[in-house]
Amino acid sequence: MTSELDIFVGNTTLIDEEVYRLWLDGYSVSDAVALRVRAGILEQTGATAAVLQSDTMDHYRTFHMLERLLHAPPKLLHQLVFQIPPSRQALLIERYYAFDEAFVREVLGKKLSKGTKKDLDDISAKTGITLKSCRRQFDNFKRVFKVVEEMRGSLADNIQQHFLFSDRLARDYAAIVFFANNRFETAKKKLQYLSFGDFAFCAELMIQNWTLGAVGEAPSKPDSQVDDMDMDLDKEFLQDLKELKVLVADKDLLDLHKSLVCTALRGKLGVFSEMEANFKNLSRGLVNVAAKLTHNKDVRDLFVDLVEKFVEPCRSDHWPLGDVRLFLNQYSVTVHSLDGFRHQALWDRYMDTLRGCLLRLYHD
Amino acid sequence: MPGKLKVKIVAGRHLPVMDRASDLTDAFVEVKFGNTTFKTDVYLKSLNPQWNSEWFKFEVDDEDLQDEPLQITVLDHDTYSANDAIGKVYIDIDPLLYSEAATVISGWFPIYDTIHGIRGEINVVVKVDLFNDLNRFRQSSCGVKFFCTTSIPKCYRAVIIHGFVEELVVNEDPEYQWIDRIRTPRASNEARQRLISLMSGELQRKIGLKVLEMRGNAVVGYLQCFDLEGESGLVVRAIGTACTLDKLSSPAAFLPACNSPSKEMKELPFNEDPNPNTHSSGPSTPLKNQTYSFSPSKSYSRQSSSSDTDLSLTPKTGMGSGSAGKEGGPFKALLRQQTQSALEQRGGSPHRFCRRREFPFFTLTAFPPGFLVHVGGVVSARSVKLLDRIHNPAFVGIMGNTRSYKLLDWNSFNSDEPETRDAWWAEIRQEIKSHAKALGCHAVVGYSESTSICEEVCILSASGTAAVLNPRFLQDGTVEGCLEQRIEENLPAGCGFCHIPYDELNMPFPAHLTYCYNCRKQKVPDVLFTTIDLPTDATVVGKGCLIQARLCRLKKKAQAEANATAISNLLPFMEYEVHTQLMNKLKLKGMNALFGLRIQITVGENMLMGLASATAVYLAALPMPGGIQIAGKTPSDGSYEQHISHMQKKISDTIAKNKELYEINPPEISEEIIGSPIPEPKQRSRLLRSQSESSDEVTELDLSHGKKDAFVLEIDDTDAMEDVHSLLTDVPPPSGFYSCNTEIMPGINNWTSEIQMFTSVRVIRLSSLNLTNQALNKNFNDLCENLLKSLYFKLRSMIPCCLCHVNFTVSLPEDELIQVTVTAVAITFDKNQALQTTKTHIEKSLQRASTDNEELLQFPLELCSDSLPSHPFPPAKEHLESARSNSGIPAAQRATSVDYSSFADRCSSWIELIKLKAQTIRRGSIKTTVTVEKASPMGEGNFRNRSAPPCANSTVGVVKMTPLSFIPGAKITKYLGIINMFFIRETTSLREEGGVSGFLHAFIAEVFAMVRAHVAALGGNAVVSYIMKQCVFMENPNKNQAQCLINVSGDAVIFVRESELEVISTQQPTANCQQSCAGGEVTT
Repeated sequence: MTSELDIFVGNTTLIDEEVYRLWLDGYSVSDAVALRVRAGILEQTGATAAVLQSDTMDHYRTFHMLERLLHAPPKLLHQLVFQIPPSRQALLIERYYAFDEAFVREVLGKKLSKGTKKDLDDISAKTGITLKSCRRQFDNFKRVFKVVEEMRGSLADNIQQHFLFSDRLARDYAAIVFFANNRFETAKKKLQYLSFGDFAFCAELMIQNWTLGAVGEAPSKPDSQVDDMDMDLDKEFLQDLKELKVLVADKDLLDLHKSLVCTALRGKLGVFSEMEANFKNLSRGLVNVAAKLTHNKDVRDLFVDLVEKFVEPCRSDHWPLGDVRLFLNQYSVTVHSLDGFRHQALWDRYMDTLRGCLLRLYHD
Repeated sequence: MPGKLKVKIVAGRHLPVMDRASDLTDAFVEVKFGNTTFKTDVYLKSLNPQWNSEWFKFEVDDEDLQDEPLQITVLDHDTYSANDAIGKVYIDIDPLLYSEAATVISGWFPIYDTIHGIRGEINVVVKVDLFNDLNRFRQSSCGVKFFCTTSIPKCYRAVIIHGFVEELVVNEDPEYQWIDRIRTPRASNEARQRLISLMSGELQRKIGLKVLEMRGNAVVGYLQCFDLEGESGLVVRAIGTACTLDKLSSPAAFLPACNSPSKEMKELPFNEDPNPNTHSSGPSTPLKNQTYSFSPSKSYSRQSSSSDTDLSLTPKTGMGSGSAGKEGGPFKALLRQQTQSALEQRGGSPHRFCRRREFPFFTLTAFPPGFLVHVGGVVSARSVKLLDRIHNPAFVGIMGNTRSYKLLDWNSFNSDEPETRDAWWAEIRQEIKSHAKALGCHAVVGYSESTSICEEVCILSASGTAAVLNPRFLQDGTVEGCLEQRIEENLPAGCGFCHIPYDELNMPFPAHLTYCYNCRKQKVPDVLFTTIDLPTDATVVGKGCLIQARLCRLKKKAQAEANATAISNLLPFMEYEVHTQLMNKLKLKGMNALFGLRIQITVGENMLMGLASATAVYLAALPMPGGIQIAGKTPSDGSYEQHISHMQKKISDTIAKNKELYEINPPEISEEIIGSPIPEPKQRSRLLRSQSESSDEVTELDLSHGKKDAFVLEIDDTDAMEDVHSLLTDVPPPSGFYSCNTEIMPGINNWTSEIQMFTSVRVIRLSSLNLTNQALNKNFNDLCENLLKSLYFKLRSMIPCCLCHVNFTVSLPEDELIQVTVTAVAITFDKNQALQTTKTHIEKSLQRASTDNEELLQFPLELCSDSLPSHPFPPAKEHLESARSNSGIPAAQRATSVDYSSFADRCSSWIELIKLKAQTIRRGSIKTTVTVEKASPMGEGNFRNRSAPPCANSTVGVVKMTPLSFIPGAKITKYLGIINMFFIRETTSLREEGGVSGFLHAFIAEVFAMVRAHVAALGGNAVVSYIMKQCVFMENPNKNQAQCLINVSGDAVIFVRESELEVISTQQPTANCQQSCAGGEVTT
């Protein structure tokens, strides 16, 4: 006796969160059944393995049918075939587009191309995430990227509107798209200690302050901002950043800057002497990072540079986070007192974001 | 020109890409009604076209309005080649034809293609302007309302229940026309869909005409079915109950339908008459001759047996029908006369009653209070027929738009006509009618008909519950000539329907009677089988449960007549075993009554399947069932004895466990109150089966067994052993779960609002190697049990919940395939509140009910009381004599009363009398004794109370579907019309669509979607009384092909949550409508 056909169709589509998770994780039906058995579901419910098998198959089939709709979440809302309560729809979408920390760290900043897709085997082997799940996550990134790539307006808002994500997920995807678009290097060994959250935090700050969209509220040249308002860094701004070089190139300015900062922080900093000794190095590092951003290559290496030039030196001197914050605040504020320096606004646009990023990046 | 149909095509969305080059579609729409077609402009290069067309106007006869569906086709324009069809939408405009139903159909409809499934949606607005037509000879029946619901719809009051209406229409099946060889599958499927839509429209119109003729205005319990007879054609048939309904002005006031002039009640002209059955007034008008033309000796040709307390279980064989007939003759005549007079008397004005109701059948399963007086038991009839081309002189094949099929009006049936489908049904109905009479009943309720077809053999089945009805509902409102039945005072409600309708001394079959455990005034049988829902006023103890009997029988492959003979030979044995199983399982549950009994016999190439489902309950009015005792064969060795005693213990344990599980603890009452049980010779229960020429087995009460442990299973061979084992393999549902196949679960009354309707389909392939009956039975049993287990598992998040209206359908699509389809609804209930169902609560509700009744009816509770006096006959010697000599006569099992003689008659009608050999099933024989147990007079069972706690969580755009007639926690405020849809889906890329499971899963989901879309477009938010009447699945994996046909129906309604009722209820419908429209308006 073999089951040829075995289906269950509810007027309200039944979604089993547990099975959905297993499906998203890329387990085959038999693996999923085994995992459910191990979770003790048979004991809890008194069901038999055959029942579990049939149930799992059924859910998998449903998910398979839903997958097509999940690729364009608004379709899931307007389709008539599956009657799903709104809260469940939201759950389906949210979980489908959720990603694994380990996976996203592997592809963050990489071009979402066929080439990267070929590497998924390795990623799967490395992270222990099933290839199927890797593919889904990768395709999700790519799909979102493709849809919002050409759009104007806020990146996170666009994503939210077209994929019906929660705020949090939309912001994460904005970061992923932003990183993929600007190809920031995140895979270097030095950067391994950083989490996706760290990068997403930085991405958000950068999107807010460094992109074309950031100045969009008061557009000086509306015609020039046709495309990619949030996706690309403001080229003009990056060009202008060269002007900051004077802060380290001009010796007087650098000395003045240092003395002002030291005066303000004397007695307040546990690592004052180390700071005093390292000030010039640190300042040179930060300003040079800014000045180099005109080249695409250096933009990609932004995080590597920040870690090398700032995070690592401080960390080797065992700066506490509080001291780093005090220092960076003072460091950027003091520039306003430098009479010879004319690019205050530019400095703020650069340094406000950078300060936020550095504080986030500064941990073990 | 009595009607103008107006259609507007607004927009489309999610269309498929038809032009690969541009990834877009140039869509336009054809709107067709009858022979008129309009087209929209082509909307270039869009998957979300906005046509915003003008109003297309069709001026049509209302006859066409009823018959024809509106056909909307979406196409992709192609300059160089033929336009490609994207898909179609069929809209039944019938709901727009009643004054009170929907006024506009507007919304998004899935665009459906029989090959690709749903491909996008289209927004359509449809309106109808009807002109008054006073032509009395009109052929249309606009305005007659149709309901699938098998009870009086919630916001209506039944003024009169007229009775049975039926009709059938035949045609050639387009799938089997010669042209089908040259046209595409799509064209063939569409021809079929359209034809069936047309035929059901016509069928409905014709039934409507009959209703108008009866001066009714509605059909309730409308059941329409298709018989796909293959080469021989396509039959669309429908049955229903004609009623005159009044809309209740206030939805809150649920007046019982019997709230008619109280004057007549007070007069009670026959109040003094002790016995309506023997009322001397003869038939004032003789019944139509034809009705009684069949010979009683033929119908009741059963074996007679001596009436002594013979313990011998050997079947009485060799009793010729002739002799039985002769013996039965006088008795039958007497009985007939009685029932006839009763019928006429009860009918009030017999003239009218008989003329109009050739068949006093009612497709209803639930009734207004007071309607149902007594229930006799289940009556059923089956007939095996050979399908042949439907000969019909007027029959002409249909092609394209021309259609011509003859209305086979069975009222005009006469014997000279060629044998046709309706003549077959006529026979069956006669059979049913006569069985009902034998049970002293003048009516059959919960009536239904079904067929099972395999190749050229067709089994027609009909079943119902014989009953005595309150005549007041059955006639026109005129008081004139209305005979009231005797009303007894101070009888508690809830037991009247259990009282036997037949005369105790002239019982149609031997039955064990006791005084009613509730009122102690009337006699009741020890078990009661019915096809109806549990009456709302019935007193039950504990909770109910689903019981199934499952059976397979192998059959040799044969052709035509030989095949039909083989099937006819098998049928009686199948029925017998199904009943044995049901009885055993009922006892095992410790319960004493079955409701909603549905026995399905399915015929396949090489086997027959029987599946009976019912809801078992413990009726407080009936005696407590005895246990089951196992008797081994004698002599036997020790280990065998040990084994037997082990089994016995297991069974006893199971009964005890079940009693606990279903909370069956009827209060004890002292025996004196009950009184001595019934005259001695009657104290016997007998399971008699016989046919014209054969009898199979006799089971008799074994008085010597004493009072307890009445039911004895004798294990005399391994088969019997298997049977006992299979009894014990049925696993009860996991805790928190209950199941039943009736509308509501007896003993649960606090439904919360969460419902989940579902359909589950399973097909198993049998390994052809070990096909024995036992293996088959086991496979089938496992299939059903596993299916149930899967359902419990899937729905575990709803616990505590109850599966209601569990409807199993078995079909045998191929040699080694068994397909089981289940549709049911899971309803959550509040467990905590259930615990509070204390005595005071019951009393309160009782009190409330009675005061309500008093106010509304002005005759408290009297209606539910029964009319049979305790001593209908003086115990005249001759009566006793006749009863004695004929005690074996109707071979029905007491209240169960399935009649086995029927097929014999049936069989004889298609070929010259197939001789049914006298055969014996020597199996675990059954002795029945019924213990006179104690029960409380009042039966402290739970009073069911449908009102659920208010719960508001209605979501926008959601359309609920349920096989029940109500929605828990909500009030139905409007019925929008009947939904009756037929779909075909075919694929030539089965593997790509996920195999058979993927294909069918998607199709059923699509069917649900289309039903919901139609309901939403009507402005509704739910479908009640939903039923999937057919799900025919065929596959050919080698060719990577599959095809499926699905037919569903239900009533579209608007419901309002009880919690929202405080809000002005009149605003709700429009609000709902807007909601659903707004919900659909979003385009992307």
